[in-house]
Amino acid sequence: MNAALTKISLKGVRKSFGPKKVLDGIDVEVDAGQSLVIIGGSGSGKSVLLKCILGLLRPEAGSVRIDGEETVGINGTDRARVMKKFGMLFQGGALFDSLRVWQNVAFGPIQADGVPAPKAKEIALAKLGAVGLPPEVGELYPAELSGGMQKRVSLARAIAREPEIIFFDEPTTGLDPIMADVINDLIVKCVRDLGATAISITHDMASARKISDRVAMIYEGKLIWQGATAEIDQSNDPYVDQFIHGRAEGPIKMQVRKL
Amino acid sequence: MTLAPLTLLGRMTLAFMTLVGSVTMFATQAVVQGFRPPYYRQQIVRQMLEIGYYSLPVVGLTAIFTGMVLALQSYTGFARFSAEAAIPQVVVVSLTRELGPVLAGLMVAGRVGAAMAAEIGTMRVTEQIDALTTLSTDPFRYLVAPRLIAAVLTLPLLVLVADLIGVLGGYLVAVYKLDFNDLTYLKNTIDYLQFDDVFSGVVKAAVFGFLIALMGCYQGYNSKGGAQGVGAATTAAVVSASILILTFNYFLTEAFFAR
Repeated sequence: MNAALTKISLKGVRKSFGPKKVLDGIDVEVDAGQSLVIIGGSGSGKSVLLKCILGLLRPEAGSVRIDGEETVGINGTDRARVMKKFGMLFQGGALFDSLRVWQNVAFGPIQADGVPAPKAKEIALAKLGAVGLPPEVGELYPAELSGGMQKRVSLARAIAREPEIIFFDEPTTGLDPIMADVINDLIVKCVRDLGATAISITHDMASARKISDRVAMIYEGKLIWQGATAEIDQSNDPYVDQFIHGRAEGPIKMQVRKL
Repeated sequence: MTLAPLTLLGRMTLAFMTLVGSVTMFATQAVVQGFRPPYYRQQIVRQMLEIGYYSLPVVGLTAIFTGMVLALQSYTGFARFSAEAAIPQVVVVSLTRELGPVLAGLMVAGRVGAAMAAEIGTMRVTEQIDALTTLSTDPFRYLVAPRLIAAVLTLPLLVLVADLIGVLGGYLVAVYKLDFNDLTYLKNTIDYLQFDDVFSGVVKAAVFGFLIALMGCYQGYNSKGGAQGVGAATTAAVVSASILILTFNYFLTEAFFAR
């Protein structure tokens, strides 16, 4: 693997909602096979940043390059082609509740790639196995599963099309510490098995340390610090220190109003 | 302060125009995407069952009582100038041209339009629509187009059934309560009925079906802010569809009348 190969490259990405600047010029690069975790408080623009890279939101300015290809403003078949490189684990799971678990996991292969249903079911059950779920779970509906199981199914769905890039939106939020660690292990394993590039957003430091090679911190729409995960305790940045130690006192003030 | 009413008027006009514009753009995108493959046949069939088959009891009950009251009311009115013989024609023409499509439309708007807004709205706030996009599936093609197609195809059939049941209601009241001769009643019903009466009702039904599905999908797709937002979207879908049905009903009638 060529470590110098840049998979995702963002330059000067800006996004506002009304008068509020949510992203104020974001520059970041992620090499192929690397796992970047973006940390930051609630409402700091983490989710918006992911959605801009995914193309769910369109930034007002800046460039988002995937494998060197500019993706801001592309549509139709080009967008679908780029989208095939992505897998996304949504915060709430975002499983389709009208479909069975296996149909959820097989959704991408069947609907987007035209894999016949029996073959797609095999893929789905294999992916469910990869996240530690027995085949019986495949016949259930998402509403019948616990939160941790839903996260696993969602992870299985995210990896079903063997994406080159996987996004994790707060993968451990709302889980107990043990289940959170199980999910962390699965994330590390799945990303490694696929050889994928990963971007995760979280405010769970235990999770961040475990799943990342590099960490970037976002504050008020800007990336204020980035570096290797091992260096995070020696950042000498008061914002980063306050965040990773979870102190109420410090340069970061609580944001009272939602964006 | 003297300008306040004008300011308000201007603001309301602008808001209204914005709404008309965004609904039109939504409709255009839905129709354009709907004509492009892949076609989600399973989704269309599911929606046709939901809109047509499961609406039969509600629409049937509405139609039979409307037919019955129509016969009774016309009798009371027409008896004053000895025109009771016209009741079969009045019942069948009122039903096919006007009451069948309008009442079926309003009932379906309440039943199906609300359900569409609630389902799509919930999918929006739980990120399921974003999840569709990341699985390379266009939400317009997968969610909106099948509902529009199903509604346009199904409402005319539903209205034909409503017409039949409504005429049956009128027949029952006329024959068993008002002592009409049963064969004469049926003969008069059929003899005076013109193709255009039924045809105009069926065209109306197709248009109403489009409006119901459009408003249900539009309001759901654009809902935000959790449970409350979904509730508001549901209400807005039913109210806007009902108003549009009554408005379009007049203009469609005028268009047919002018022929």
